[in-house]
Amino acid sequence: MKAYGVVHKYGDNVDTDVIIPARYLNSSDPKELAKKCMEDIDADFVNRVKPGDIMVANKNFGCGSSREHAPIAIKASGIACVIAETFARIFYRNAINIGLPIIECPEAARAIAAGDMVEIDFDSGMIYDRTSGEEFKGQAFPEFMQKIIKAEGLINYINQKEA
Amino acid sequence: MGMTMTQKILAAHAGLDYVEAGQLIEADLDMVLANDITGPVAIHEVAKLNKKEVFDKDKVALVPDHFAPNKDIKSAEHCKCVREYARAQGITNYFEVGQMGIEHALLPEKGLVVAGDTCIGADSHTCTYGALGAFSTGVGSTDMGAGMITGKAWFKVPSAIRFILTGKMKPWVSGKDVILHIIGMIGVDGALYRSMEFMGEGVANLTMDDRFTIANMAIEAGAKNGIFPVDETTIAYMKEHSTKPYRIFEADEDAVYDETYTIDLGSLSPTVAFPHLPENTKTVKESGEVKIDQVVIGSCTNGRISDMRTAAKILKGRKVADGVRAIVIPATQAIYLQAMEEGLLKIFIEAGCIVSTPTCGPCLGGYMGILAAGERAVSTTNRNFVGRMGHIESEVYLASPSVAAASAVTGKISEPEELGL
Repeated sequence: MKAYGVVHKYGDNVDTDVIIPARYLNSSDPKELAKKCMEDIDADFVNRVKPGDIMVANKNFGCGSSREHAPIAIKASGIACVIAETFARIFYRNAINIGLPIIECPEAARAIAAGDMVEIDFDSGMIYDRTSGEEFKGQAFPEFMQKIIKAEGLINYINQKEA
Repeated sequence: MGMTMTQKILAAHAGLDYVEAGQLIEADLDMVLANDITGPVAIHEVAKLNKKEVFDKDKVALVPDHFAPNKDIKSAEHCKCVREYARAQGITNYFEVGQMGIEHALLPEKGLVVAGDTCIGADSHTCTYGALGAFSTGVGSTDMGAGMITGKAWFKVPSAIRFILTGKMKPWVSGKDVILHIIGMIGVDGALYRSMEFMGEGVANLTMDDRFTIANMAIEAGAKNGIFPVDETTIAYMKEHSTKPYRIFEADEDAVYDETYTIDLGSLSPTVAFPHLPENTKTVKESGEVKIDQVVIGSCTNGRISDMRTAAKILKGRKVADGVRAIVIPATQAIYLQAMEEGLLKIFIEAGCIVSTPTCGPCLGGYMGILAAGERAVSTTNRNFVGRMGHIESEVYLASPSVAAASAVTGKISEPEELGL
């Protein structure tokens, strides 16, 4: 599996309140949430984002509230993968559980710039910045998490395990 | 190599004699929690599972508290979804408006979590119950839903940071100042993926309410959980509130900690976290002249009876400053009633505050106190992110009930000392 798209770049401590403000949490419809994704940090994001694009941020991405609406909004906005130096732990679990690909890679997160064209090979964990020519190796997921990712989320994984 | 308190609880719930940091385990759950924001997403997800029934009707808690009493039609639909699911599944611990309170004040009060339990909740502040000596952590809706059906959750066993507390807090200093000080020191990702384990002789000088506040904000340092040892104070609280059997776990003497901090509680002063991160802390004395438009006293962090009493002590016989709106929210019906019986609500209303029914409303910018552009609030809540309480150009300053009440009177960030207290 591969992703290739334009990078939307953010800094440290992007919290789930700015990813999807609580005033929109009276909905849980992914399409509605996607329309408001990143509104409080980057109001133009929803106009720029195209299916397959990539989000890159620095440390502690997704901190704060446990709202699963945050990775749901990012996924439904068309983002194919989020790369960060580190993820807040609840966001990390949520992303895996709902099937939003994420990669922890401090070097890539620091080096990749907004607007770069980036390719990701999920099988090898390689990240290629096609604009700068640099390449990076993301951290591999533990085998257990790979199974959840392969099943496209925790719910399918549980169903398969029982079957 | 010994185990930390958290590791021992996790090992016991995974049926293992020993676990170590980094190990992936599957643990049995004693309580699984969701609210009206996260519950509907979980309910929608578990509908796709082959197994439909909850694992234990007594070990699931559903609490509509965020946008309840319903703030608008969409929120009403969410609350209805949770209500109907609770009814259909026969869930014992569903709390309707009238019985409900802010979940993390309500569950300990109802005795639903005790020492030694393992608990997950689809709300990041589920870490509050670490105050009781339980392992408790926030998760998302899918994890919660899976836990609600299977009774299990997977965890990566965390390493820990140790906080040795010594001494006794000065008057008007409380658990909120302790945790703000710590977050200011280690940063909003200072405990990322790890446990914050509190210990030392100073713990005995902290009330249960102080401990709830401290454990509540462990997530604000990125922690997986915060946890306190079980002592006489914990046992007295559990005896008063619960009939559930509890189990006391203690860290091994040779437990290994990534880092150790020693904090003299007596050295702490009233502290404020400036916008837009809980780590931007200053003492009130360092804060300068910061004029405010609103004060909120409440939330899962500081809506308990001792918080109400502290605020009332300061507001008694005083008036909220012109131009300031002061919103007081007792966190549960029992706290509301007790505050009424003690005459605290009268003090608040005579001072010019409003008193609301329990709700998370303003903390997350839902309703009941939204800020306009350029407005500033001193709030006893837990987050001051961009747009957290309203407009992206509004500002939230996190503080204790004593600082919030004093600030309501002066109209700027203040501590009780400035009122001659």
